[in-house]
Amino acid sequence: MQDALLAALSAESSFAGRSNLRTWLTGILKHKIVDTIRRQVRDRPAAEQESGGDDGDFDALFDQRGHWEEAPDAWQQPEGSLQQKQFLAALEACLRDLPERTARVFMMREHLGLETSEICKELGVTATHCWVMLHRARMALRLCLEENWFGKT
Amino acid sequence: MMLSCKETSRLLSQGQDRELAFGERVALRVHLAICNGCRNVSAQFQFLRAAVIKLSDDGSKENSA
Repeated sequence: MQDALLAALSAESSFAGRSNLRTWLTGILKHKIVDTIRRQVRDRPAAEQESGGDDGDFDALFDQRGHWEEAPDAWQQPEGSLQQKQFLAALEACLRDLPERTARVFMMREHLGLETSEICKELGVTATHCWVMLHRARMALRLCLEENWFGKT
Repeated sequence: MMLSCKETSRLLSQGQDRELAFGERVALRVHLAICNGCRNVSAQFQFLRAAVIKLSDDGSKENSA
């Protein structure tokens, strides 16, 4: 933001008297913001790949041979939970807890019902990475709901 | 091929996002037959899908009310 202001101030004289400063300043700031967004979008695929091609964040759930350290229990009365407002509130809280990018992919898939291929294309990531993020979202939601809803008796 | 639980949870998730290959489906079925924990996770992943749909439905109802 600071370089946008500097650019605005140094160019100010050439616009003297011709334009409402505020409008113009807002305009150039917007342009800068658009540039920043474009740059972020352009850089995103690379950064995305770096941030993980696997789902190592859940390694702690498994032993060295890949078996559950603690086998997941069945959830009691899941269908009944769907009818409860408190359950939906708990689910919403769990969704909000997801990292923003993971949540975005998950909601594109489950809420908007987009195909994985469409989501990958939209976000400029590989199919494999999409699957990893979706798996990550489901694992995180599973743990969150277990902790905040189904684990409570 | 014998799947670990870790691989199974990954395939269960991918099964919701793409068509699994025949070999993957067989391996999954074999593993689920002997593993309670993964059967539970399978049901939970399916439940998550239903739950998000339910959440979306309720949200749109409240907005239109």
